Amino acid sequence: MTQPLASLRKSLACAHPAAACETIALGAPALDRRLGGGILRAALHEAYAATAADASAATGFALALARRAMASAEKPLLWARQEALIAESGAPYPPGLADIGLNPAAVAFIRVRDAKEALQAGAEAGRYAAVGATLIELFGEARAYDLTASRRLALAAAAAGAPIFIARVSASPAPSAAASRWLVRAAPSRALAANAPGSSVFAIFLLRQRGGAAGHAWRVEWNRDRGAFEDRTFDAPSLSRPVVSLPVGGAPDEVAPQTAGRKFG
Amino acid sequence: MTLADARARAPHLAVAQADAEADERLMLRLAAFCEQFTPLVALDPPCGLMLDATGCAHLFGGDAAMRTYVLRTMARLSFSGRAAVAGTPDAARALARFGETAVAPPGEEEVFARPLSITALEAPRETSVALTRAGLTTLGDLADRSSAALTARFGDETMRRLTRILGREDARITPLRALPECMVERRFAEPFLDLSAIENVLRPLIAEATGILEKRGQGGRAFEARFFRADGAVRALCFETGAPSRHVEALLRLFRLKADSLADPLDPGYGFDVIRFCVLRAETLAQSQIGFERQDAQDGDFADLVDRLAARFGRERVLRFAAHETHDPMRAAAYVDAAASPSSRPSSWGKPEPGEPPLRPLFLFDPPQPIETMAETPDGPPMHFKWRRVRHLIARAEGPERIAPEWWRNAAGARRRTRDYYRLEDREGRRFWVFREGLYESETADPRWFLHGLFA
Repeated sequence: MTQPLASLRKSLACAHPAAACETIALGAPALDRRLGGGILRAALHEAYAATAADASAATGFALALARRAMASAEKPLLWARQEALIAESGAPYPPGLADIGLNPAAVAFIRVRDAKEALQAGAEAGRYAAVGATLIELFGEARAYDLTASRRLALAAAAAGAPIFIARVSASPAPSAAASRWLVRAAPSRALAANAPGSSVFAIFLLRQRGGAAGHAWRVEWNRDRGAFEDRTFDAPSLSRPVVSLPVGGAPDEVAPQTAGRKFG
Repeated sequence: MTLADARARAPHLAVAQADAEADERLMLRLAAFCEQFTPLVALDPPCGLMLDATGCAHLFGGDAAMRTYVLRTMARLSFSGRAAVAGTPDAARALARFGETAVAPPGEEEVFARPLSITALEAPRETSVALTRAGLTTLGDLADRSSAALTARFGDETMRRLTRILGREDARITPLRALPECMVERRFAEPFLDLSAIENVLRPLIAEATGILEKRGQGGRAFEARFFRADGAVRALCFETGAPSRHVEALLRLFRLKADSLADPLDPGYGFDVIRFCVLRAETLAQSQIGFERQDAQDGDFADLVDRLAARFGRERVLRFAAHETHDPMRAAAYVDAAASPSSRPSSWGKPEPGEPPLRPLFLFDPPQPIETMAETPDGPPMHFKWRRVRHLIARAEGPERIAPEWWRNAAGARRRTRDYYRLEDREGRRFWVFREGLYESETADPRWFLHGLFA
């Protein structure tokens, strides 16, 4: 009895070498502790825009994660964006990329017609170890992005050892093979002198994490100079209206009221 | 002869309207087909083809054998033709059209051309009539006269033609397609039918071509696989790489992608007679040491990916960002073809100041989106604005950042107005980049507002 078990363990160990468990830390200690070190490097991750108006926040969050993933190696980012999104929320603006800490020269950008092409491009990129990270942006309820397609992307990410991020706009979260799934919403920044808007702040809600705790909400600020997230969950909101106030690990009803009741695969 | 006359003589005559365009299309198709004999093929209007067989004839067993082979191949496509081989294009044309000679060895054109009638000159009617009246009936008669007198009487053009037919002066043909950098091909004794085995044919061909390139220290940028079908149809598949390449498997992959993306798939029909692989464009590519320079190997890998994506989605869709030295935000960044410029210049993107929030948006609208705003003062930031029927209440604002147009670019009259940019954040935390167009009072009394970009 023990022998087959031992051989099974061995084959499992081969299937999941140490590299498969390598994580990308977000840079905020409290967050990383909750996530068990961070998000998996060789895996698929999803960022859903809470509303259509949060499209740029979801993409920004995914780009910041990609920046974390590529911090160690100078590898390029592959970015596939559906054309419908360019009409919806504009075209990527390279100086803005530089302003959040990514090198625009190390980005290859693909304008794709539909979700199917976006996924093809992603799967193609996943096969190359030379790619530091891949970002795929999908608009609407993309039928092409089903369980099989997400599984394919997850395998591609595992094979290449680099993360694939999916940013989705105007779509409700659905089961997929993603290792983590986030609901992203723009949040008020910390005001600078003369009430000027500060660095990007995101209200993020972890919908799912494979093999980990889910259902946590944070408010994180992206610190471009450090190339890391900073936890701002408990910073006193400078607005008169409280936007989020949560106990540690509490149910984030305020953050995701419309999704908290559902169950996600 | 009129049509009525012709019909009276041959009652079952089939009649069709002359269609010069269709004829030319047919000749072009035939010319493409004839490229299997030699890469240098030119049209010889109105209904001829000129093949430059220099350096090719020996592959077919000599001039005469090549001529027979070409005629036989044409007969298989049910084209009857006349052909002659000669040292100059004009001699070959005259011999094929007006003579019986099959092959005139180089330097002996005159011997064979002399007995030809003066119609072989294809001179204007008056010239032929005048020549005949003078009792000159063959080219030989003409060749014996003093050329100065003939030129004075019949013109330069006619005499140049004569010297060319007689082989005294040579003229090159202008081929339809430029000669490729390198070309390899496989001919089949039996038409090649098995499409699934096509890569087995192409792999050694590509290897052979890249071997030639390697000896020259070059790599190919543009490639073409040509398939000559037994029934005369010719199919060409072209693909390009972003960087010079000699990698057989990568090229084969690009071919496969191209073949898969064809709307009209490759069809062997009755089989391919010849499969040819050409390198259309080559560039210097130094010998690389494999496995030593890791960084280079990875860059190459990424270029390979860009090529594949470009082959699949089209080159205009796979892009890179290029920086421009300008203060105008609309022109500061450009999208360029990633496959054409794989090695981007060392980052000329400005480094953001430490401690500053993002000053430029992540996404830019082109054109900027008009918004309705309400501001406290005419030259202050808006208190709220309406975009896409949603009202955004502004909680934080910074600005203005005044950006004047590049007046040296604007043609007189098409003057753009100064823009005052603001960074705004609404109560929900969404960050916008908006501008007011025109300076209040000095440029316009009623400035309009636009949303230009979105921050993360």
